[in-house]
Amino acid sequence: MVEPHRPDPDALLERMKHEANQGSRGRLKIFFGASPGVGKTYAMLQAAHLERKAGVEVLVGVVETHGRAETESLLEGFDILPRKRIDHRGMALDEFDLDAALALRPGLILVDELAHTNAPSCRHRKRWQDVLELVDAGINVYTTVNVQHLDSLNDVIAQITGVVVRETIPDSILDEAGDIELIDLPIDELHRRIQEGKVYLPQQAKLAMESFFRTGNLIALRELALRRTADRVETQMDAYRGRHAIRSSWPVNERLMVSVGPSPFSAKLIRSAKRMADRLDAPWIAAFVETSRYRKAKPEVRQRVLASMRIASELGAETVTLAGEDVAATLLTYASSRNVTKIVLGKQTGPLWKRVWRGSVVDELLGNSGDIGIIAISGEPENLANDWPAGTAPGAIAWRGSIFTLATVLTCTVLSIGLRDALDPVNLVMVFLLGVLAVAIHLNRTQSFLASILSVAAFDYFCVPPYNTFVVSDYEYILTFIVILTVGLLVSTLTGRLRLQANSAVEREARTHLLYRFVQALADERHPRELGDHPWRIVSEAFQVDTAILLPDQDGKVTQQADLGSFTAPETELGIAQWVFDHGQKAGEGTDTLSGAKALYMPLRGARQALGVLAIRPRSSDALTTPEQQHLLEVFCSQAALSMERAQATEEAQTAKLRAETERMRSGLLSAVSHDLRTPLATITGAASSLRAQRQHLDTPAQLGLIECIEQEAERLARLVNNLLEITRIESGSIELKREWIPLEEIVGSSLIRMGSALEPRPVQVDIPVDLPLLFVDEILLEQALINILDNASRYTPANGAIHISASTQNGGILLAIEDSGPGFRPGEEAQIWEKFYRGSAGTGTGAGLGLAICQSIVRAHHGTIEAANRPGGGATFRIWLPVPPQQPEIPDHA
Amino acid sequence: MLNTPEILIVEDDAQIRRFLRTTLAAEKLRYHEAVSAAEGIAQAKARQPDLILLDLGLPDADGLDVIRAVRETSQTPIIVLSARGQEADKVTALDLGADDFVSKPFGVGELLARIRAALRRSATIRDGAVGTVYQAGTITINLEARTIRVAGQEVHLTPIEFRLLETLVRNAGRVVTQRQLLIEVWGPQHSEQGQYLRVYMAQLRRKLEADPARPRYLLTEPGVGYRLTTE
Repeated sequence: MVEPHRPDPDALLERMKHEANQGSRGRLKIFFGASPGVGKTYAMLQAAHLERKAGVEVLVGVVETHGRAETESLLEGFDILPRKRIDHRGMALDEFDLDAALALRPGLILVDELAHTNAPSCRHRKRWQDVLELVDAGINVYTTVNVQHLDSLNDVIAQITGVVVRETIPDSILDEAGDIELIDLPIDELHRRIQEGKVYLPQQAKLAMESFFRTGNLIALRELALRRTADRVETQMDAYRGRHAIRSSWPVNERLMVSVGPSPFSAKLIRSAKRMADRLDAPWIAAFVETSRYRKAKPEVRQRVLASMRIASELGAETVTLAGEDVAATLLTYASSRNVTKIVLGKQTGPLWKRVWRGSVVDELLGNSGDIGIIAISGEPENLANDWPAGTAPGAIAWRGSIFTLATVLTCTVLSIGLRDALDPVNLVMVFLLGVLAVAIHLNRTQSFLASILSVAAFDYFCVPPYNTFVVSDYEYILTFIVILTVGLLVSTLTGRLRLQANSAVEREARTHLLYRFVQALADERHPRELGDHPWRIVSEAFQVDTAILLPDQDGKVTQQADLGSFTAPETELGIAQWVFDHGQKAGEGTDTLSGAKALYMPLRGARQALGVLAIRPRSSDALTTPEQQHLLEVFCSQAALSMERAQATEEAQTAKLRAETERMRSGLLSAVSHDLRTPLATITGAASSLRAQRQHLDTPAQLGLIECIEQEAERLARLVNNLLEITRIESGSIELKREWIPLEEIVGSSLIRMGSALEPRPVQVDIPVDLPLLFVDEILLEQALINILDNASRYTPANGAIHISASTQNGGILLAIEDSGPGFRPGEEAQIWEKFYRGSAGTGTGAGLGLAICQSIVRAHHGTIEAANRPGGGATFRIWLPVPPQQPEIPDHA
Repeated sequence: MLNTPEILIVEDDAQIRRFLRTTLAAEKLRYHEAVSAAEGIAQAKARQPDLILLDLGLPDADGLDVIRAVRETSQTPIIVLSARGQEADKVTALDLGADDFVSKPFGVGELLARIRAALRRSATIRDGAVGTVYQAGTITINLEARTIRVAGQEVHLTPIEFRLLETLVRNAGRVVTQRQLLIEVWGPQHSEQGQYLRVYMAQLRRKLEADPARPRYLLTEPGVGYRLTTE
C-alpha cells in the first residue's frame, strides 16, 4: 500500500540544495570491487571508451595497469596526464598532478585507486581528497576502489583476513558518489586469472593465493562488497521514495551516541556505531568525556582520542567533547539534553575486582539510564596501565616522597617512645595515625601504604610491650594495622582525586579566561572588519605560536595585511592559504592537506562564507600538539570570524542607512532645485525680458528697479547654488579641514565684508575682546558657517533690527554669539532648524533650508557645538562654541 | 599712456565674453578675444596686450599653462577669473605670476577696479615712477620717511608691522598671497607660518582701521591672502 505524503519542506530544501550543488559539481562514478584483480580498472577504461565515442573529452589522470596487458591495450587513444615527480627522502615518487588536471578541465578524468596515499608534499594526504576537489571543480571522475578500503568495514576485514589495511576512504564518498558499479567476478574465475598470471606476476601469484586470496577470504570480501552495494541501492531507493513522497514506514526518531575513549578499541566501536546508525537511519553523535585524569595522559593517548574523533566525524558523526569527572553522569546528562535514544560504548574487560573497586561506566549507565538504551560492545582488554602515567616525574617524586614518609614515621616513633610510659598503646596508635594521614594528604597511595606498614612496624616494635621486639602478643594489633592502612589509602585516594579535580578546574578556568580575553579583545577592536593585532597576540602568547592574518581583496585573492600578525607567511604558501580560503577547510602543518607546509592555515569561517585565513607557525615542535589546544584554536577562529562577520553586517546596515538618508537628501535636493532655483530664475528672466521688450515705455527709475531686481535675485541664486554645492561636499564625506591658526576677529571681519550690503541697513555691533586666543580652524568653512547664520539673521530681522556679534572664552574654547532681533523661534523649532530643507515658518521663505544644516556640519567637523535659542528680549541667538588647542603657536617678536 | 590700453580676453564661454566685451567697450578699452588656451598664448605673444583676463577652466588646457607660457616672455598683468571654492587654484595662479583674481560671479565694479589697479601698477613699474607716499582713505603712508598717519595722527609701527604694511603698499590694490607676504617679511624659511601673518595683520588693523572687525583697507581674501585697497 503506497500512501502519498506531503514531503517535509526542510528535507525538500535540503534536497534542492543538494541537487543545486550537483549541478555545478562533477559526477563521481566508482568502480567497486571485492578484491584486486576483479577487473575494475579494465571496466573503467571500457566505460571511458564509450564516453569518448559519445564525444566526451576524456583524460587519464592515473591508471595503474600493474603490467596487465589487457588493461594496457585499453589505454590506447586516451590523453594521459604526465605524473608529477616528487622527491621524498631520496626516493622519486610519481604522483597524480592535481593542479594540471584542474587546469585542463577535461569532461571526464580517470583516477585509479581511490584509497591511495599521496607523497607528503602533495596538497592532500589522500587521493580521495584530490578526487573530491576535482568533483567540486565540476569535473566528472571515474575511479576504482576495493571493499577493504572502506573505513567502516576496515576492522571487520582485518578480523577476517588478518591483514590490516592502512589506506582507507570515508564511507561518505561511496554514499555520495553519483554512480557505483560493482565489478563482480566469481571466485573460481578470479583464482583462474591469478593462476594465469593476469593479476600478479607468477612468483607473486603463488604467495597471494596462499594468503590474501584464500577462498574463505574472497567469499567474505565478495559478500561484504555485495552487501555494501545493496545498502547503497537501498539508500537510493529511500531517496527516490523521499523525492516522491512515498513513505513506507514511519521513521523512528532514533539518535545514537557513541562514547569514545582513549582505548585503541574506540575506532572499532565507532565503526560499529556507524553501522548501527546506518541501519537505524539515525543521526549519531560521538562523545568524548574529558576527565582530569585524561588530561594527564600521555600525548599518544590523547592523539588516539583525537584520531578516533576524526574517524567519527569522517564517518558522519557529530562530535562533541564534554568536560566532567564522572563519565557516566556526564554522558547521561548530555544524552538526555540531545534526546539520544541509545548509547553505544565498549564493555570494560579488565579484572573483576578492578571493575568493582573503580566502578564500571557500563554498570553505572545501566543503573541510571532510564529510557535510554545502553549497548555495550565487547572489545579487547584495555591496557591502560601504560597509558595513564602515575605522575609527571615518578622518579623524583618517589625519592622526595619516601624521605618525607620516613621522616614522618620517625617523628611519630620518637614522640611515641617519649609518651609510651604516660599513655596506653591504644592512644599511641593515634599519633601514628596522624602521621599516616599527613603522608596520605600530601603524597600518593604508594607512600601512604609505605607509611602504614612502617607505622605498624614501629608501633609494634617500640610501643607494644614487650618493647623492642616484633612479637605481637595480641591479635587486636592486626586490626590496628588494617585500620591504619585503610584510613591511609582512603585519604590519599580522596585527596588525589580532589587535587585532580582542582587542577582540571584551574585548567578549565584558564581556558575560559583565555577565551574571555580573546572575545574581549575582539570586542575592543576598532576595526573589527579586519581585526587588528591585539586578539592575535593573545593567541600567540597562549599557544606559543606566531600568527598572521590573510584577508581577501575584491577579487577574493587572499594576501597578508602588512601590519597584521607576528610573522610573514611565506610567499610560497600563499597558494595554500588561498586553497584554505576557497574551500573553508584547514590545511598545512598537522593536517591531512598539504602537511608539508611550514605553517598551519585555518579558515576564519563565518556563517555565510570564509572571511580570511589565520596562518599559525608553531614556535616549538611541541606547540599545538594537544587536541584541547587544537579545539580551542578552532573556537578562537570561529569567534573571530563571527566578530568580523558581525562588523561587516553592521557596516552594511550603516551603508543601507546612509543610502536611505542620501535618498532623502536627493529628494530634498530635487525639490530645492525645482522650486527654489526656479523662483529667482523666473524673476531674472521676467525682469530681463521686460527691460528688452518694454524699454521705450519704462522710465529710468523703473528700469533701474528691474535691474536691481535682477541683481538681487542673481545674488540669491548664487547663495543657493553655493549652499547646494557645499552640502553635497559635506554629505559626500569629502569635507577635509585645512586648519590654520587664525584670530576669530579676522573670520568675523571677512564674513561681514562678504555679506556686503545684504545686512544693511541693520546696525551690526561687534564685540570681540582683543586678547582672545587663536582658533585652529578651516578659515573658509568657518567663514561659510558665519555667513549662513548672518544670512539667516538678515532674512528674519526687520530693517531696523540690530544684529549683535560677541565672543568670550569658555570651557577651554571660544564662544561666539550672534543675536538678531527677528521673531525668534516657535516653541520646539530650535531643534528642527538644523534639519536639511527645513524652512522657518516666520521667514521670507527664500532659502532652501540648507544654510543652518551646513553650519552645524561645519561646527561639528571642528568638534565644536552650535545651539539656537530665543533671546529673553525677543529675537534669536545662535551660540557657536569652538575648542581652542591649549598649546598656542609661538609668534616671534610678538609684543 | 598714449594709447587706450589693449586687453586680451581668454575665455571659452560666449556669454561671459559678450558681457566682458560690453563692459570693456563702455569703459573705452580695446579688447581681443581668444576661446582656448592655445589661441590665448598665440595672441598674447603676437599682440603684446596691456592686460590679460584669463579664465582658469579652458577646454584645451589648464589656464595655469597659459600663465606659465606668457610669463616666459612678458610681464603683462594677468587677472584670473575663477569660481569660488577654488582657492588652491587661485593661490597657484598667483604664485605662478598672475597679478590678481576675480571670483565668479563678479560685478562690473569689482572687475573694473582690479583692471584699473593692475594697469596702474604696470604703468608705474614701466615708467619707473615708484612713489613713496600712499593714501588710503584717512591713512597716509610715507615709505621713505617710514611714517604712518591715521587722520593726521602719527601711528607707531614695529619693524615687522612696517615691513608687512610696506609689502602690501607696494602691491596696493592687488592681492598678495600668504606665502609671498611671509617670504617678504619673515624670510623663505618661514613661508608656512601662516599664524605669524594672522597675528601681525590683526595688530596692524587695530592700529590703522577704525573698526578692526569690519576692516575697510586691510582686507582678507580667505584662503588666498591679503589686499590693501586704495579706493
